[in-house]
Order: sequence, then structure tokens, then C-alpha cells
Amino acid sequence: MKKMLPHLKPYLLQILAVVVLVFVSVIADLSLPNFLSNIINYGVAEGNTGYILSTGGLMLFFALISIVATIISGFLSAKVSMGFGKKLRSVVFNQVEKFSLSEFDQFGTASLITRTTNDITQIQQFVMIFLRIILMAPIIAIGGILMAYRKSPQMSNIIFVSIPILIILIMIIAKLAMPLSKSMQKKLDRVNLVMREKLTGIRVIRAFNTEDHEKERFEQANRDLTTTAMKMQRTMALLMPALMVTLNLTTVALVWLGAVQVNIGSMMVGDIIALVQYVMQIMMSFTMMSMIFIMYPRAAASAERINQVTDTVPTIQNKANAICGTTLKGQVEFRNVTFTYPHAEQPALHDISFATHPGETTAIIGSTGSGKSTLINLIPRFYDVDSGSILVDGIDVREYDQQALRAKIGYVPQKATLFKGTIGGNIRYGKNDATDEEIEYASKIAQSNDFIMEKEHRYDSDISQGATNVSGGQKQRLSIARAIVRRPEIYIFDDSFSALDFKTDSQLRAALKNETKNAAVIIVAQRVSTIMDADQIIVLDSGEMVGIGTHHELLENCDVYKEIVSSQLSSEEMQ
Amino acid sequence: MSKTSGSMKGHMGPMGGPGAHGSFEKPKDMKGTFGRLLKFMKPYRKGLICVILLVLLSTVFNTLAPRVLGLATNQIDIGFRSENGVDFGAVMQILILLGCIYLLAATFNYLQQFIMSGVSQKTMYDIRTAVDQKIRRLPLNYFDTNTFGDVLSRVTNDVDTVSTSLQQSITQLVSSVITIVMILIMMFSISPLLSIIGLITLPFSLLVSIGVVKKSQGFFRGQQQSLGDLNGFVEEMYTGHNVIKAYGKEEDTIGRFEEINDRLYRNGWKAQFVSSIIMPAIGFLGNVGYILVTVVGAIMVISGRLLVGDIQSMIQYLRQFNQPINQTANIANILQSTAAAAERIFAFLDEKEEPADKANAIVPKDAKGEIEFSHVRFGYTPERVLIKDLSLKVEEGHKVAIVGPTGAGKTTLVNLLLRFYDINSGQITIDGVDIMDMKRTDLRSMIGMVLQDTWLFKGTIMENIRYGRLNATDEEVYQAAKSAHADKFIRSLPDGYQFVLNEDASNISQGQRQLLTIARAIISNPTILILDEATSSVDTRTEVRIQKAMNNLMKDRTSFIIAHRLSTIRDADTILVLNDGDIVETGTHQQLLALGGFYANLYNSQFAQNNQA
Repeated sequence: MKKMLPHLKPYLLQILAVVVLVFVSVIADLSLPNFLSNIINYGVAEGNTGYILSTGGLMLFFALISIVATIISGFLSAKVSMGFGKKLRSVVFNQVEKFSLSEFDQFGTASLITRTTNDITQIQQFVMIFLRIILMAPIIAIGGILMAYRKSPQMSNIIFVSIPILIILIMIIAKLAMPLSKSMQKKLDRVNLVMREKLTGIRVIRAFNTEDHEKERFEQANRDLTTTAMKMQRTMALLMPALMVTLNLTTVALVWLGAVQVNIGSMMVGDIIALVQYVMQIMMSFTMMSMIFIMYPRAAASAERINQVTDTVPTIQNKANAICGTTLKGQVEFRNVTFTYPHAEQPALHDISFATHPGETTAIIGSTGSGKSTLINLIPRFYDVDSGSILVDGIDVREYDQQALRAKIGYVPQKATLFKGTIGGNIRYGKNDATDEEIEYASKIAQSNDFIMEKEHRYDSDISQGATNVSGGQKQRLSIARAIVRRPEIYIFDDSFSALDFKTDSQLRAALKNETKNAAVIIVAQRVSTIMDADQIIVLDSGEMVGIGTHHELLENCDVYKEIVSSQLSSEEMQ
Repeated sequence: MSKTSGSMKGHMGPMGGPGAHGSFEKPKDMKGTFGRLLKFMKPYRKGLICVILLVLLSTVFNTLAPRVLGLATNQIDIGFRSENGVDFGAVMQILILLGCIYLLAATFNYLQQFIMSGVSQKTMYDIRTAVDQKIRRLPLNYFDTNTFGDVLSRVTNDVDTVSTSLQQSITQLVSSVITIVMILIMMFSISPLLSIIGLITLPFSLLVSIGVVKKSQGFFRGQQQSLGDLNGFVEEMYTGHNVIKAYGKEEDTIGRFEEINDRLYRNGWKAQFVSSIIMPAIGFLGNVGYILVTVVGAIMVISGRLLVGDIQSMIQYLRQFNQPINQTANIANILQSTAAAAERIFAFLDEKEEPADKANAIVPKDAKGEIEFSHVRFGYTPERVLIKDLSLKVEEGHKVAIVGPTGAGKTTLVNLLLRFYDINSGQITIDGVDIMDMKRTDLRSMIGMVLQDTWLFKGTIMENIRYGRLNATDEEVYQAAKSAHADKFIRSLPDGYQFVLNEDASNISQGQRQLLTIARAIISNPTILILDEATSSVDTRTEVRIQKAMNNLMKDRTSFIIAHRLSTIRDADTILVLNDGDIVETGTHQQLLALGGFYANLYNSQFAQNNQA
């Protein structure tokens, strides 16, 4: 939580103003019982109606001061907390945009989303409630004690008995409730998990007749949750009655002691009334402070998760004098590349070497998990290699300015990601200043023009979030068009034809052929038919390169390749 | 923890203001919904009655206290002004009474919460169980047409909302009403005139609250809207991070983010500020009442119509008055969202259920696995008939492959055979018995399934395989794993069969997950086996390996294989080619190729490509 403080620094003046304003309003509020006791002690006792009225007017004035101060401080608190939230969100988002895929793997996309959204909202709320409510508590406590002392120092001493009792009570109950609350959260998660599994596996459950077993599993989780929730609620329920008893018995003691004081003439009746009110307010303020015990752990946990993001130094950064332009075009070379994912035991790629040339197609094939996608993700420098080097146009990718390196590449990811917007906008994502003709041209090569023209608004048709309104094959073609419109030197297709039928697949590849005469084309594929006419095929198996060559060469000398081919083609087709 | 702190904060929503609970949903039938909710609580009505009695008692004692305290002050004041000094005996008596009142109020309060937590939690347990049981009786159609996220949120969020509100709102509502009535009685018993003066600001407080809430709701809606936009944007951009990087769009993305972020800020601070006005405004009006009572009260004391302690009591009552009014306004909001949540739960519980099994169901004996579809007609919706008139006969132990384009009705056949859906007309028989005459559980126990969706649950591998037949011995599990070619990889995992799969079983590979589901089907030892796209999510090389396990599984069983890749079904006894719900061709692989029809076309589109290359 401490690390959040620097983000609050720009608001130092406003926060100070809030503190002052809260102080003013609290003191104004606290002065009311004092005036009240004066009215009783002097106005009533002496029958002075004029005094009563003028003091009443004074009270009204103080009440006005209090409301004005509170409204201004509410205004400032709102601005500070929301401004702070805005700034923090911006810092986190900017940081995440700098992350490489390696940091994304480390945190997980879902977790990064939560950290940018919920966690920050959580802290923003904490700041808000802190400024508006929790901050008031110590000020009321101190102000109240001061006022009470002015009335009667001897009697005020009673506070020093009651407050420790109050604090101890709050601590005991918090200590009992905290572990219960944690365990309740776990049991709630368990209920959710069982229910989730039940819903996702409903066919399997019904097919295997395990409904009774499932019922029992749920019942157990449910019972567990109920028992713990009950325990937790019953513990928390102790808090208010315990606090009230302490507070009220203090009042009783106060009145008794007051009676003694009044009897010996060292105090007046109005003073007792004022003191009772002060003591009540002091003790309520401690209850308010206990709120921080409930709010703080959550906010602190959120702060911790945010700090992890802001403290993470992106592994991939530009060098001081990074290279922006090259003379060579369309060449990629791997030299003894070994790469291990963070925290993995085995390298995902081991000692890979190959080179591509302009106008040539290089295909990569292998089982799931053999390292195909990993290999091509290294070219745009989404990850850095452990050893060896990757050269693009003769220069190590680590020497490049990242933007300049990626500007050379037309990358089509495995999962065709489109953004909310229009079809045309999504293709133009590849080249900001592309003309409508360029977009249509790219779209034709990607075999997407036909289905786009069938749409009512053609290139202006909407793409919803997650692109749920176009089919998988259409998504793939649009993301291919997005790459083509850049006219890149290097094309990377990560299993990008999988959702296309065989006919579209071959038409697309034929059309592409004309566009890539001076470019390097690297294709990852599952289907042998997609890649069998490539200039060179790289066969990966568990991160090792077990074969490189043309289709026919590999059929001769690579067992893994033969196995893959035979699993897809009949024997007569293999010839 | 937030819900447990409710008693202390009351008026602070998640974003710190009234009406800030995000959605502004309104229940359709509040009365009916609460009526049903009460029915759920019926078994606990004794507890509920106790709770209400206890709330009554604790509130009455709580509202008596200021009056008694005032009496003590009066006693002291009289002593102060008389010759004899304070009558300590009398003061002591009053204070002992006061102490007892406080203690009793607290005790009743705790007892009430204690019992209420039992009532509300047990009710929630019952509702969760009811939802769980409902899932079992719903037709599969429901789950195919609703997202499971929706169902899940009813079981968790909605039940949670109702639970929290049951624990607090009911008792708060009762106590607020009683408090208001009691305070009014007490105040008027002290001085009607002073009461009216003290309460004169009350209508203004209400007007201010309503006004501010109305004003702030617009801002809150704006805040909620931009918060939704922001969350959606972050999700979309983080999911597409690799594309953003690859196309160098970081700056652009940040620019758009800042725009939404700024909008959120502008709406947010306004919402927060406007809603923050309520507290000081009501506080001010409360203070005005306080001052009026003090001044008028003091003047009345001078004229001898009132005692000093009475002013004290009046002031305390005024202070206490604000709280229940604030609370009632808040409870009204909470009750609305509770009713909306409860309504969603009840709507789920009211969904149409599967028809019950026949009373005199036939129990199949010595199943052989002879299956016949005769003149089957079926559509997922009455308007769209998918299968018009399908008849087919499968011999015992035969291997039948079903192929055809997407949407041809391949999986539908399986759904019908397992009675996941019931046919509209016609008949399906197994060994001559109509499946409509069997109990669903008996029918399904004859059939084993391996699906494309490799559903496994969080637990050990042993438990997951045994899921096929819950009373299987360890030895049988090992055997099944061996037949499924899974034994080797299982033993290479840490802890072997005791290796714990995590949620979604993401700690083993897709191929391995598939092998475990095959082992699970083997152990269930079914008469009839269904493989529905069982290998379509693994690569072909892995598929060939899994195929061996599949072949073991299919030995001596009537099997249905639904396949997308035709390479896996060449050796089936019969291949059914489905198109638009009709069988367009039947025969063996060779026969169908020779026919040169639909199947030959389909086959060539997958393989003939290669010949051109």
C-alpha cells in the first residue's frame, strides 16, 4: 500500500485541504454540545432568554460552517479519489502495453485485466472512503477528547478505561472473524467450482449416470459453506452489541460520577449532558476506525497486485541506439536458437538453425506442443531467446527498434483476433494510411472480398467485440487481409488456414504467391496439403528440429514427417 | 468482507453512494417474489418468529434508554437546585435500571442476529440445493440454449445477494419501523410541542435525499456505462496484445484508453460528489432540529414546563431518528435488488422439466446392443424439423460411422439415442425395447461416450477415470488406463495416478486428456459406444496413436463414430452419410467411393488436393 502514496502526491494540496476542512467541520459539530451545556448552565439557570436565543443563533452559524466544509471536502475527495484512480489506471495500462508476451504469460491475461480494472476500482474506493469517513474518526476522537477535557478533566479520564476495552473487543472479534472470512471465501469458490464443472460436464454426467455422485459432491460443498458462513456471521454479530454495551455502560458511569461532581458543586448539570455526548462521539469514532480493518486488507491486496505489475520491468526493451532501417529485405535466419519459457523446466525450442530467402516459402509442421508457434513468435521478438540468435535482414532482432522490426512483418496469429469496429477498420489496422483500393485489393487476395460484398454495409459492416458476428473462417481471412495490406517483407502465418475449407485454402495460397515474390513466407500448419509444396519444410518434435527439406526429401529421410503424412493421406496419395 | 460490515456502514454502496449498486434493475413482481421467498423460509418460521420478537424487544429497550437517562439527569438537576443535594439512592436506582436496559438490548440484539444467521443460511442452503436439483431435471435443451455463465451467476451471485439481504434487511426493516414508532411515542410523551419543533426538518431531509438520489442516478449511470466501456476495452486489448505488438499499435491503443479513462473520471467524480452531499445535508437539517429543540426546550425549562433531562432525552431521540430513516431508504433499494435476484432464481426453478420416467419402466437384461431407428422425426424447435423420416438398423457389435457436413444432424442422432432430447415421432429401440419405455438411467448405463469436449474435473487421475464406474477397483482403473494407452504417461507424472488435475485439466496435454476420457469410457464397460468427434481437437499424428486406444475400446461393442476427418473411419462396417437430417448414402468405404456420390465428393475434397500438388 505504501507504494501507492507517490501516485497520490499530485493531490497533496487537495488532500491537505480535505484534512483541514474535515477538521473544521468536526470542530464545528463538536462545539454544539458545548453551546448546549452553556444554554443549560447559564441561560436556563439564570432564566436569560436573550442568552439562549443568541447562543442558538451561534449554534446555527456553526452548523452552517460544518455543512459548507463537509460539502467542499466531499467535492475535493471525489476529485482526488477519482483522479487518483484515473492516473493509476493510466500508469498500469501504459505499463502493460510495454509488456512482451512473456510478461503476459507470467501474469495471465485474465489476471492482468482484473488488475487494471477491479483492483484499481477497489483502491479508488478505499481512497474515497478514507477521505470521506475514516479520516474523520481520529479527528473526532482528538477533538472530542479536547472538548471533554475542557469540560471536566477528572471525568474525562474515564475515556482511558473505556477506549482500551473497546479496542481490545474490536481486535478480538477481528481476530476471530478474519480466518473465518478467508475460509468462507474458499468454500464459496468450491461451491462455484463444483457447479461450474457440473454445468460444463452435463452431457458426461448424464451419459455416465453420475447424478447422485454429483449431488453428493455439491451437497457437501454447500453444507461446508453454510456452516462456515453461519459461524462467520455469528462472530461478526458480536461486534455491534459488544461495542454498544461498552459505550452505554461508560455513559452510565459518567452520569454517576457526574452526579457526585454536581453534588460537591465542581460541575454543572449541562456539563454532564455535554460530556455524555462527547464520550459517545469519541467512542463511535473508534468504531469507525475499525472499518479500516475491514477495508484495508482488501485494498492492500489489490495494491500488492497492482505493484507487481508496475514493478515488473519488461524483459524486452529497445537498445540505446536501436536500428531502424536495413538495406537487405525479406530474410530470416535462426542460428542455434534455444528458448525456454519462464519457469519451464524443459526448453521449448532447442538448437534450431535455418534460413529463408526472399520469394521462398518455409513451412513448419509438428504435433501440438512441438514448438511451432513458439518458433515464429520469436521472429517479431515477442520473446527473447536464451542462446543463439535470430537475424532479420542480416541483423539480430535484439539490435532493432521494436516498432521498426515489426513494421517489416505481416503477422497472422493462430487465434484470429479482430477488434470492435468495422471490417474496413480492421483491415486498415495493418496500414493506417491505406486507401480503399489497397484495402479491397488485400481483401481479394485473402479471399474475403466476396463475403464482405454480400454484407449490407460491405466494408463498413460492424465487427462486434470478440468478432462474434463473423465465422471462424471469415475471421481468419480478415486477419490475413490485415497482414497483406501492409505489404510486409516477412509474412508469418501461425496455423492461419485451419478454419478455411480446402478450396479456399488453395485459392488463397495461389493468390498470395504473386504478392510474395520478394518476401519471406513462414507458415505453420497442421495439414500436410497446405504445406507440401513449400520450398522447405521444417519438422519439429518436442522442440527439436528433426527434419528440414522438401516434401519428397522428408518422405525419404524423416520418420516423424512420414508418420504425420501417413496419418493424413492414404498410401497412394503419398506418392 | 464487505457484506459483514453492512451494519456499520449502511449507507455506503460499493462506489460510496445510494443507488450505486451498478445496475438499476427493477423486479417485476415484488410481492409475489417475497411471498415465495417466505415459503422457502417456512421450515424455519419458529426461528423467524423468535427473531422478530427479539428485534422488537431489543428495539423497545434501546428506545427506552434515552428517556431513562434523561430521568437520571432530572434527578441530578433537582438535587442540584434543592437544599438537600443529590438523592444518590434515587440516581443509583435509575442508573442500575439503565444499565440493565442496555445489557438486555444488547443481549436481545445478539440473540436475534444469532438465530437469523441460522435461518438465512439454512434458507440459502435450501435454495442452492433446489437449484442444484433443478439442473438434474432440466432437459439438455436448456443448457444448449443458455450460457452456463448465466446459470452459474444464479447459483452464486443471486443466491449471495438474497442471503446478505435476508441476514440484514429483514431485521433492519423491522427494527427501523419499530424504532420510528417508539421514538415518536417517547418524544410526544415528553413534550408534543417540542417533538413537532424537533421533527419540523424531517420532510426537508426526505426531500433532499430524494432529490440528490435522483440527480446522482444519472451520473452513476454514466459512471457505470464508462466503467463498462473501460473494462470491455481493457479486455479486448489485453486479449489482442500480440496483434497490437505485431502491428506496433501501442501508442494508438493508449490514446484510446486515455479517452475512455477520462470519460470515466468526469462521470465518476460528479457521481461521487453529488451523492456525497446527502450526508452533510441531512446532518445539517438534523442539527437545525437539535438547535431548535435546545433553544425552545431551554425556554420551556425556564417557564417550568419542562425539565433539563427532558431536553437531553429529546436530543438523543432526534439523533436516533435520522438513522432508521436513512436505513429505510437504503433498505428499499436493497429489497429491490433482492427481489430481482430472487426472481431470477425462481424463474430458473420454474423452467420446464424433462418428462418423468415411465412408472412401469422396462429394465433391460443381457443387453446385446442391437439398435433400430424407425421413422424418426425430430426438430430442436417445433418449427424447424431437422430429421424428417430416418430409419436405420445396427447389428450387434457393428461399427457404424456417421459422416456429413456441419449441421447435417450427426450429433443429433446421439442426442436422441441417449435421450438427451426426445423424438417427436417414430421409435428408437435397443434390443427390441423402445427407449421411451426405459428409465433414462438404465438406458444410459448401456452406453459409453467419448466426446470432443474432454470434460475432466479437478481431482486425481484415479478419480477421473473411476468416474466411468464409481465402484471400480484400483486394479480395474489400471487395466482401463492400459487399454487406453494412458498408463505409461500417467506413471510418468509426479504421483502417477494420484496426480491432481487442475481446473480445466490444463496441466496435461489435449491428447492426454483425450486418453483419460477413453479410459473412463472403457471402465464403464458399455454395451454401446459413442465416439463423437473424439479426436478432432488433436493433431493427426497424435490421433493415430489415440486411434489404437479407440480400437481397443470398440472391440466387441456396437459403436457409433462421428467424424469430421474421414481418415479415421475407413474401416467401419457401415458408413452413414447424413445431409440435412437425411441419410443420403450407406455402405462401406469402398462401396461409397465406387458410388461416386456425396461421400466420394466429401472424401476427395479432403484428400484429392494433394494429388494436384
